[in-house]
Amino acid sequence: MRRSQGTNRPGRKPNRLQSILIAAVLQVTLTIGAIALLMPLFWLLSTSLKETGKEWIMPPQWIPNPPVWSNYTQALTSVPFDLFFRNTILIAVLATLGTLWTSTMAGFAFSRLRFPGRDVLFALVLATMLLPSVVTLIPTFLLFKTLGWLDTFLPLIVPYWFGGTAFSIFLSRQFFLGIPYEIDEAARVDGASSFRIYTTMMLPVSLPLLAALTIFSILHHWNDFMAPLIYLNRDEMKTLALGLRLFQGDFGAQYNLMMAAAAVTVIPVIVLFFAAQRFFVRGIVTTGLAGR
Amino acid sequence: MEASRADPLSGVDRTRQRTRWRRGLLFQEAVEGYLMVLPWLLGFLVFTAGPMLASAVLAFTSYDILTPAKFVGLANLSLMLRDPLFLKSLGNTAYYTFIGVPLHVTVALLAALLLNLRRPGINFYRTAYYMPSITPAVANALLWLWIFNPDFGLANIVLGAFHLPPQKWLWSVREATPSFILMSLWGLGSQMVVFLAGLQNVPQQLHEAAQMDGAGVLARFRFVTLPMLSPIILFNLVLAVIGSFQVFTVAFIATNGGPENATLYYVLYLYENGFSFFKMGYASALAWVLFVIILIFTLIQFKLSRHWVYYEGEIRQGSGEG
Repeated sequence: MRRSQGTNRPGRKPNRLQSILIAAVLQVTLTIGAIALLMPLFWLLSTSLKETGKEWIMPPQWIPNPPVWSNYTQALTSVPFDLFFRNTILIAVLATLGTLWTSTMAGFAFSRLRFPGRDVLFALVLATMLLPSVVTLIPTFLLFKTLGWLDTFLPLIVPYWFGGTAFSIFLSRQFFLGIPYEIDEAARVDGASSFRIYTTMMLPVSLPLLAALTIFSILHHWNDFMAPLIYLNRDEMKTLALGLRLFQGDFGAQYNLMMAAAAVTVIPVIVLFFAAQRFFVRGIVTTGLAGR
Repeated sequence: MEASRADPLSGVDRTRQRTRWRRGLLFQEAVEGYLMVLPWLLGFLVFTAGPMLASAVLAFTSYDILTPAKFVGLANLSLMLRDPLFLKSLGNTAYYTFIGVPLHVTVALLAALLLNLRRPGINFYRTAYYMPSITPAVANALLWLWIFNPDFGLANIVLGAFHLPPQKWLWSVREATPSFILMSLWGLGSQMVVFLAGLQNVPQQLHEAAQMDGAGVLARFRFVTLPMLSPIILFNLVLAVIGSFQVFTVAFIATNGGPENATLYYVLYLYENGFSFFKMGYASALAWVLFVIILIFTLIQFKLSRHWVYYEGEIRQGSGEG
């Protein structure tokens, strides 16, 4: 192996035994970490299937015998989870559509169109990414109150039709920056408008971006708590996050039911993740930077 | 677009015509550009800039929604300084942030390094490490409330397995915020994934060159990996501090500020003032104070970053490197 002349660095290749030892240590650390991170989820599932009263047994039973599936039916029916599901999905889908459209459009413009003040405006977009949302919380609430939109889904959907989130604009721009400009030029020679280029470019090429944006957006709305908390009042309007809290109010001390209810909100997310895993990773990598 | 009747063979008229045509196109492009960012711009004005100004104004009023706002000048500020809960919540939040964030970023980075190894089955591990970070905050809060249960929870069971004494976790004034920090570490997946992407973007040639110069693993980490990763570390740090200062949901669900206000974090206190006591003026003042504090820390981080962040291709004075 070639070495630089006159180097006095002490580096040397570890011998065979050291390599194996290091590999073993790394593997063990990796596995311990995985166990530590997955254990709470197993605990969640395990508790959710325990008979009422049995969750207090020591030492703990990891696999409840018999598994009490009726905990789930009881959890799902004691509070209107079907409504919560419907509301959450509705909000997530409608807001995501808005995000997909407006943020990709803005990202496209920021990355490929020339207009005065473009870079200043984009710097503004970036600045909003660093903006603590708490500072707009109260006036936004008051705004929606004046509009009469309290206790409707509108405050949770409409803002996302006006640019989505700064992060999605950022991701979109990064993504579009990676597409060669020749395509635009060719289309313009043919007399296409920017909108035409946007729509024809969107479809075939932007799928990784759209997938990533969709996933991040759905996750965001599924997990959102504070906004539904301040805007939704009636029980039938509540989302899953609020519904879970409602459940906590009624069944706080019954941990097996609580875990079942919590599991109900967690399982769809995990399923989504597994189904879309490839897009998750590809979306993060393709857009050049990454998820929050 | 006017059609010139000039002789096509006349070069000058042709240029003018082409220039007019091109200028028309550029104008069209600019208009289209503005149209495309218009939704965002409108949203920015109505949902960001406007509210920010409004909350700045509200901060100088006393407003309880039922009666019109009353201008009170700096009364809210002086109230804050005399409000023990203001200082308490700020202290709690600072504790959570300045201990939690460095810990979180470090652990996420270490995890990313581990997961960057090309081993069989590494994808399983990556999934396992990432999954906890996508679960809903409310579910997390309830789950960890149960895990931290002093009598029957998983945490003390695990401690017991190592013959360590059980702790009171969220029910102890001293241990409550550290418990929340531990809980936040469970969600290291999202930062980890960012680091992972960054690690995989470090050019292999750099590592190879370093190896040929005799650099071992640690040296390579210090002189190749860390510098190349430093912009991403900064990115994660800045966002983490901003997010951590606004911790709300877990405290709201799990402890509601207790025990004895040990987990009364700033935004939780703000929420109580605005939506439980309807002191919207005071809450707006609180919001702006937090905003300024976060802004200061963000600027500090950026200022300091010049000393440790390496940007590829940056042109520094006197540097001849490519």
